[in-house]
Amino acid sequence: MPEKPGGLRAQSGDTVLMVGTTKGAFLLRSGPDREGWEELEGPHFPGEEVYSLALDQRGGRRRLWAAPGNPFFGCTLRHSDDLGDSWSEEDAHSVRFPEESGLSMKRIWQIWPGREVDPDHLYLGVEPACVFESRDGGASWAPLVGFMNHEHRPKWEPGNGGLCLHTLIPHPRDSARMLVAFSTGGVYGTEDGGASWAPRNKGVRAEFLPDKHPEFGQCVHKIDHHPDRPETLFLQNHWGLYRSDDWGASWNDIANGVPSDFGFALSVHPHRPETVYIVPLESDEYRCTPEARLRVYRTADGGGSWHALTEGLPQEDAWETVLRDALCTDSRDPAGVYFGTRSGKLWASRDDGDSWSLAQEGLPPVVCVKAAVLS
Amino acid sequence: MTVTIVLPAQLRDLVRDRGSASGEADTVRVEPAESTVGGALRTLGERHPAVLDRIVTEQFQVRPHVNLFVGRENIRWNEGLDTPVDDGAEVTILPAVSGG
Repeated sequence: MPEKPGGLRAQSGDTVLMVGTTKGAFLLRSGPDREGWEELEGPHFPGEEVYSLALDQRGGRRRLWAAPGNPFFGCTLRHSDDLGDSWSEEDAHSVRFPEESGLSMKRIWQIWPGREVDPDHLYLGVEPACVFESRDGGASWAPLVGFMNHEHRPKWEPGNGGLCLHTLIPHPRDSARMLVAFSTGGVYGTEDGGASWAPRNKGVRAEFLPDKHPEFGQCVHKIDHHPDRPETLFLQNHWGLYRSDDWGASWNDIANGVPSDFGFALSVHPHRPETVYIVPLESDEYRCTPEARLRVYRTADGGGSWHALTEGLPQEDAWETVLRDALCTDSRDPAGVYFGTRSGKLWASRDDGDSWSLAQEGLPPVVCVKAAVLS
Repeated sequence: MTVTIVLPAQLRDLVRDRGSASGEADTVRVEPAESTVGGALRTLGERHPAVLDRIVTEQFQVRPHVNLFVGRENIRWNEGLDTPVDDGAEVTILPAVSGG
């Protein structure tokens, strides 16, 4: 096994990239200018897949969360308060379904620190599709029973990645409201703090079903929004690119000028709610960048038009795949935009996506990229 | 009745430094009330719940890519977790040859 990596020697104002791969997690650090990535530490949890990472800086913390796992012994939830120099014990956080549920934990797909006003509240999105929450800073976890026991559950079908709940969107101003997305089930929302859930898929296509517009069963790949305009959401579907202006009650097609409306990843600009990034892929059978060109597409008008961002990215012989959590932005302006590929390349832009450089290559297949500016 | 459980390298940290690993660090001795592999695992889980989590699911089923042997016999080809164990039996836990 590789030598145990250390923690990042980072300070306030630095930018940190957290990269989850199928063989461990890697941490990178850059100064505020993001000119270069001065430090790389990893792999943490060598040999284990890390599909979810998060940095929780609420309440004066600087707590890094990771969910390593493997097909043999399942997944665990770990945290580090020193940017990876040491991690909590493997059994420090128990995330389990109750035995009577009939469900067994396969993977933690999303770790989501909750609202700023409630710094001890965190959520997990897991497979099989469910939401877990902690109200004590992550010390203990429990499933949201209303979701776990949803009457639709017997009809939810796992996608190629499993029945994964990969997107959690707590309403930033209303603690009773939250949206989730999972494959395949689609978008569900709660208006009562998680006690009850209803599908919110009107207008979203299910190309792989005889009924192309069912109440639920869509294979939604990712949703994002800007917290200053929470009701406006953008959705990358398994075939389809959508926008909602009513908190997911209805969705409208915005695939205007993209080479493919299939893809996984989607991320909203940290300061401009109508600016969105995607990486289109060619078809669900192929799942590689169209024409072997690696292009990020950006809209600045909420999906009215999309433009290819290519400067610095290979425009030939690039058969790449970017997965649903492998694209993100940091919180600066102009924004840092980052994505990782299944071929182990990590690309970075520090000018809103106008130009790109290779931050790292030779990584194991990248499944998750998260960015944070240290407070 | 005493049963020795042999742990794979990946799980040994979960019992190390807790004063309960007997003799070699890769084995744990248990005295189950029920003389089956499942009984031995439940007794193990009372002392080391995190180890049990790694071996079986919430439904107390052996994880798909984990193999358990009594002596040299894989319990999948016997009676699964109901496979009987005798006093002095050795239950070996190993990850399956799978993955990539």
